[in-house]
Amino acid sequence: MNFPILSTLIFLPLISSFFILLSKDKTNNSSSIYISLFSSIATFFLSLFLWYSLDVNSSEFQFVEEKSWINNFIKFKLGIDGISILFIVLTTFITPICIISCVNSVKVRVKEFLIAILILETFMIGVFCSLDLVIFYLFFEAGLIPMFLIIGVWGGPRRVYSAFKFFLFTLLGSVLMLVAIIVIYWLTGTTDITQIYEIKIPKEYQNILWLAFLSSFAVKMPMWPVHTWLPDAHVEAPTAGSVILAAILLKMAGYGFLRFSIPMFPLASEYFTPLIFTLSIIAIIYTSLVALMQDDMKKLIAYSSVAHMGYVTLGIFTLTKQGIEGSIYQMISHGLISAALFLCVGVVYDRLHSRMISTYGGLVNYIPKYSFLFLIFALAALGLPGTSGFLGEFLVLAGAFQKSYLAAMLATFGVVLGAAYMLWLTKRVIFGSTNNSEIKNLDDINKYEIVMLVTLAFLIIFFGFYPLPLMETFNVSVNSLIDNYETALILK
Amino acid sequence: MIDNLNIMLPEIFLSLSIFSILMIGVFTKNSFNLIFNLTSLIILVTISIILSSPNNQEKIFLDSFTRDAFSNYFKILILLSSLFVLNSSKNFIIDNKLDKFEYPIIILLSILGMFFMVSSNDLILFYLGLELQSLSLYILASIDRDNIRSTESGIKYFVLSALSSGLLLYGCSLLYGFTGSTNFELIATQLNKENAGAVFAMVFILVGLAFKVSAVPFHMWTPDVYEGAPTSITSYFAVVPKVAGLALLIKFMFIPFSNILLEWQTIIIFISIASMILGAVAAMIQKNFKRLLAYSSIGHIGYALAGVATGAISGYQSAVVYISIYVVMNIGAFSCLYLLKKDGQYKENISDLSGISKKHPLLAISLLIILFSLAGVPPLGGFFAKFYVFVAVLEKEMYALAIIGLLTTVMSAFYYLKIIKTIYFDDAIITFETKNRTAQVSIFACCTILITFFLYPSFLNNMVNILFVS
Repeated sequence: MNFPILSTLIFLPLISSFFILLSKDKTNNSSSIYISLFSSIATFFLSLFLWYSLDVNSSEFQFVEEKSWINNFIKFKLGIDGISILFIVLTTFITPICIISCVNSVKVRVKEFLIAILILETFMIGVFCSLDLVIFYLFFEAGLIPMFLIIGVWGGPRRVYSAFKFFLFTLLGSVLMLVAIIVIYWLTGTTDITQIYEIKIPKEYQNILWLAFLSSFAVKMPMWPVHTWLPDAHVEAPTAGSVILAAILLKMAGYGFLRFSIPMFPLASEYFTPLIFTLSIIAIIYTSLVALMQDDMKKLIAYSSVAHMGYVTLGIFTLTKQGIEGSIYQMISHGLISAALFLCVGVVYDRLHSRMISTYGGLVNYIPKYSFLFLIFALAALGLPGTSGFLGEFLVLAGAFQKSYLAAMLATFGVVLGAAYMLWLTKRVIFGSTNNSEIKNLDDINKYEIVMLVTLAFLIIFFGFYPLPLMETFNVSVNSLIDNYETALILK
Repeated sequence: MIDNLNIMLPEIFLSLSIFSILMIGVFTKNSFNLIFNLTSLIILVTISIILSSPNNQEKIFLDSFTRDAFSNYFKILILLSSLFVLNSSKNFIIDNKLDKFEYPIIILLSILGMFFMVSSNDLILFYLGLELQSLSLYILASIDRDNIRSTESGIKYFVLSALSSGLLLYGCSLLYGFTGSTNFELIATQLNKENAGAVFAMVFILVGLAFKVSAVPFHMWTPDVYEGAPTSITSYFAVVPKVAGLALLIKFMFIPFSNILLEWQTIIIFISIASMILGAVAAMIQKNFKRLLAYSSIGHIGYALAGVATGAISGYQSAVVYISIYVVMNIGAFSCLYLLKKDGQYKENISDLSGISKKHPLLAISLLIILFSLAGVPPLGGFFAKFYVFVAVLEKEMYALAIIGLLTTVMSAFYYLKIIKTIYFDDAIITFETKNRTAQVSIFACCTILITFFLYPSFLNNMVNILFVS
């Protein structure tokens, strides 16, 4: 394959953001919106084509592009396998939805907003495509700039605090990863991860390097106790920002564990499993309890994201086939569900400008279509069988039972808590009595919102009943990940 | 002898041109514009002379003057940055009635001094070059002679800088006393660890040089002088003498002191860490943009010194790359200051930038790029500068230095973010008169370099690779 299809995929949104910059429309920003929508949908179809033409029966990296970048030092290397393609498709799928959502929710500086979203998309796709540690770091960090602006310029009242917290937390975590990356370069003489997989990093370095990577991924994931930036960022970010944050940016860390931590430091991964289990369980139980007590809808969903990410880390570090497959599934499904929930909050926020649960109540009597969709997403978030949320959690728990009964039991208890806060939220927002007279005059969802929410609902239910397309895609890659891990453990 | 004179052709051309334009300036009325344009022309011609001269090492005047790839690279960097600094500040100079014909001539004289500094291979020539540069800078700092702050900063700079020159000279004489030579290579052969007096001399010389590049703990003058001097002079101070000072520091480490590596390494590591921390912490509370840039430049010198502290060629190279990118970022940042004009006054407080993204989107986005680049966020140029330095530092397994450096990066990101917050998140107050073609050109050039750097990041490395031949 000579055509640089991955580079095209990465830079297509960036190039189209130039066109938006050049486009001239003063009154309504229709042409910027059309350009961005068109380009993001084109990117989506390109990524679908990639998924279609990817050979899922091979664990090798495919569509590899390699180009000398910094002389004798770093190559600009891209490539995808069965795991990364799903995240790429998720990214390219969520971006058009965000762009549609900003038709309603973003009122000022629409053009700049669209440019920021498209540049962010470029960096996100880049993260999932890169096969070189430095390139990965570059894209991983570069995403901070547009996200910082999205929170800070278009966010809520405490946006400055949240944007700073988001930026500085993430940067602080990442600089240690940068040190680790350079140390790896001096240990192995390369930053190309396919070569590092072969070389095997010396045992005495693995633990410390693994911790350096953890510092970055734990913040991004986010894991307890460095999760505190997430509720703030989510609450203050505009709807589209929250959606991207929850659906994609959080997944970078999970992807990072799978792509870097486990294959590069198998011994350390095994050594630190109890640590990750502990942190994951605390995240699941503690943040679920915190979520129960929230009176801000976005904050509640943000804490539930931390809890769901707890399942992801738990699943990844069970280092079993079920656990890892479950966490990948959980990440994809959480990407869809959390995006949908944040969009739902955005829908009512656009109308009443309040995120407080107490503002709402009895929505089902006035806006039934909205309430029906909200119910579907809430049930998916608590892991109802028949939705994609169930499968991920089930597989993670199945994996966890093979490693530690205690962890698995506690995590199962977290499922109950998850049901509690999601159902209580639904009860207070959708059902119950209406105290606020403004609710009676609410408009039900309009055509843009129907397009976004119904698509998401369809996918959530579709993948709940028919997981095969996803499972088939990452099956072989996960198998080879576990094979390599187990061989490394035997060889030690 | 005459054949060899072409080795110092750039210096000869520069000195002759300075004398001739001085005459032109004296005997023609209102000659600022003419002299200014001639100065730019002279700089361009000098650049072309240097570009056409070969890079192989040659020495004349009893080996006291060298021309090699190292000196050529730095001379071009000095000339290019002076050209941009001068031209971007032209409107500012005229608006503030600094348009005396001496202004560009003194800048040329300081450039000549720096030329001798980077080419020197001998303590005496080195000191002469340094003094020529320093004397010109004293005048420049107080060029706005009716302004009390400008004269104050000039006096401050003069007193402190004279003290450091004295220390430096004392160090030079000690060095001569203990090694019996003023030639860099001969000193190198004479120096060793047992020679305690020479180590003493080395400390004095380091102090003097640290003062010139404003590294902690010899940085006290920087914020005051930066704030007091007219912005056009500040931008010159922030860029060009730093380049020459760092070049000299590297040269001293690389040639005369190459045998007492461990001794000076300890000092440089300390200076580097102190500069990085002070630069990050002190800048957080600044309200004046120029003062903030002063502290930020102290921090940046800390990073460049971290590269020097490795004592390895790769480290020196990374420091050279760092200072080159630093030059680009600082010229861009100062050029933005020239656009903040309101009713004939140039604003320099950070709060004046409030909400400019609404009225001046292009200026805002340029500042955004420059500030994120200063903070070292990828994929902008500033990231690569830091990246190369830390690659070199970690090669020598100096983990503490690298981790402290990266943590201060996060701390310094805070104050750059604060400015970006002011620009983007706050409400608009002032509408500026941003018509300033020359400054806009230099902002555009700097931003283009910073954004596109990631397309070909080994561009500078390829040039820097040939600088150090031992």
